[in-house]
Amino acid sequence: MKQPQGPIMRTATGLLHWTDQRLPVISFWNKHLGEYWAPKNFNMWYFFGSLALLVLVNQLLTGIWLTMHYKPDANEAFASVEYIMRDVPWGWLVRYMHSTGASAFFVVVYLHMFRALIYGSYRAPRELIWIFGMLIFLVLMAEAFMGYVLPWGQMSYWGAQVIISLFGAIPVIGEGLTEWIRGDYLVSDATLNRFFALHVVALPLALVALVVLHLAALHEVGSNNPDGVDIKKHKDEKGKPLDGIAFHPYYTVKDLVGVGFFGLIFAFIIFFAPEMGGWFLEHDNFVPANPLVTPEHIKPVWYFTPYYAMLRAIPDKLFGVIVMGAAVVILFFLPWLDRSKVRSIRYKGWISKTMLALFVVSFLILGWLGAQSGSTTQTLMARIFTVFYFAFFLTMPWWSAIDKTKPVPERVTE
Amino acid sequence: MSSDGVNKGRRRLLTGTVSVVGGLGVVGAAVPFLQMWQPSARARAAGAPIEVVIDKLEPGQMLQAEWRGQPIWVVRRTQEMLDALPGLRENLRDPDSDNTEQQPGYAQNEYRSVQPDLLVLIGICTHLGCSPKYVPEVEPQPFDADWKGGFFCPCHNSRFDMAGRVYGGVPAPSNLRVPPYTFVDATRIVVGIGPEGAVS
Repeated sequence: MKQPQGPIMRTATGLLHWTDQRLPVISFWNKHLGEYWAPKNFNMWYFFGSLALLVLVNQLLTGIWLTMHYKPDANEAFASVEYIMRDVPWGWLVRYMHSTGASAFFVVVYLHMFRALIYGSYRAPRELIWIFGMLIFLVLMAEAFMGYVLPWGQMSYWGAQVIISLFGAIPVIGEGLTEWIRGDYLVSDATLNRFFALHVVALPLALVALVVLHLAALHEVGSNNPDGVDIKKHKDEKGKPLDGIAFHPYYTVKDLVGVGFFGLIFAFIIFFAPEMGGWFLEHDNFVPANPLVTPEHIKPVWYFTPYYAMLRAIPDKLFGVIVMGAAVVILFFLPWLDRSKVRSIRYKGWISKTMLALFVVSFLILGWLGAQSGSTTQTLMARIFTVFYFAFFLTMPWWSAIDKTKPVPERVTE
Repeated sequence: MSSDGVNKGRRRLLTGTVSVVGGLGVVGAAVPFLQMWQPSARARAAGAPIEVVIDKLEPGQMLQAEWRGQPIWVVRRTQEMLDALPGLRENLRDPDSDNTEQQPGYAQNEYRSVQPDLLVLIGICTHLGCSPKYVPEVEPQPFDADWKGGFFCPCHNSRFDMAGRVYGGVPAPSNLRVPPYTFVDATRIVVGIGPEGAVS
């Protein structure tokens, strides 16, 4: 180490040295940032991991601040949210940051998952990263659902009613299970109170723990890249991959650009369209919860609509619930369903490209259908696209194996 | 510590015993945490039977009461409504109320009620628990061009007839539930308790 100049630098270096002998600060920094060799060919799709982390921090921070004024009580919850919006200094901003942040979280996570789909980031040896990521997605769905119940508006109430009833479809234990989840014979104060506990304590802890595991697994095997080539095959004499660059400063700085763009869009939505015309905060949720009156048209927030469309398309309660659950569960098996010789879409053939494009179209159309009222034609469409959604995964071992691939280069391309 | 003369059998026995006893302890300790999610004594007390006064209920009208936080519908059906019921048989999933969980034995009949005209139902859709709408008018509806009157759930388009029987081809699996109820006299019923005193 170079001899430090001046008394301040000398004290700082001394302190770092003292700490490092007692806590692995420097080796931790090097392993995860300073000497974490990331492929040099990351493109725009690689912004969404760090953005997801940013949104998580936003949710934690604004969430803690909201609990300082929110009342988890069926008689006071709705009014306390309105109180935050109207009377608490800057309460409207923090609340909108949190509610818009929930939708932003799903936008970022869906794009992050799509990145994994196109570049084969879930393929060996990254199966565990994918599984931890899917668990994060699951916990995130539970977290978002319970968060949406807290304002105790009509959609909060009836959304909770519908989601909890899903468990009632389970034979024999179903009914007792729903009672156990609600803590009452109906969705009530007991339900609100426990959802609050889960939303602000239990699930955030699980989420943070899973993010740590997701990153630990990633940093163990190293990042994939748009070419899907293994950069660890070509290293210099010091063991640094030739196509790798240090995460810090190269990608920290690059990600800051992403943060800038994201912040711009995020702020625009918070200030000019926080409800997004009913897509982020539904109109019916500005009416206090009423257990005796169901809103005319119940629909979930946009990020659940693809799965909701599947549930509604099936004219059998138990089978509908199974299909909806299976739609999420099947994603876990992706690393073993894809039998292609290459990882990245860049070197896959027309079958894989067509299937993926159709899959994205089905997912988007299902998302749209889930927000509609469900006419006969829409139900038929939902059935067709549900079938394709599953066909995409179930036939993947076959078409991914026979699809013609292009030769993969030894090193990453520019 | 010396590893000479280690009694491996005894070590395995001790490890096994401690694991089993420790595991039982964990299971035992989990019980209060799981039980704490059950409805509290207060919630159970609030689930007691209620009385509904029906003397002002005109034919064709519905009144709504609340029992265990669920909407209870009481409809005084007109003779036309009752006459229309047999004609719907083949459109229904369970026309004869064979699913015995959906009504007490004393309401398992043609009209699904104790007294033919008076229909008592839990107003919760058997699909996912929304509260359906009362649509008694016999006229074409957006959801059914040949509507004979009944209940329509706006959540997932499930349809029920004027006896709460579910139509085929909708997501709801079973007929609307008939709660246990009993007549006190001609103008009053009690919901939450059956005639023979059995709560079901």
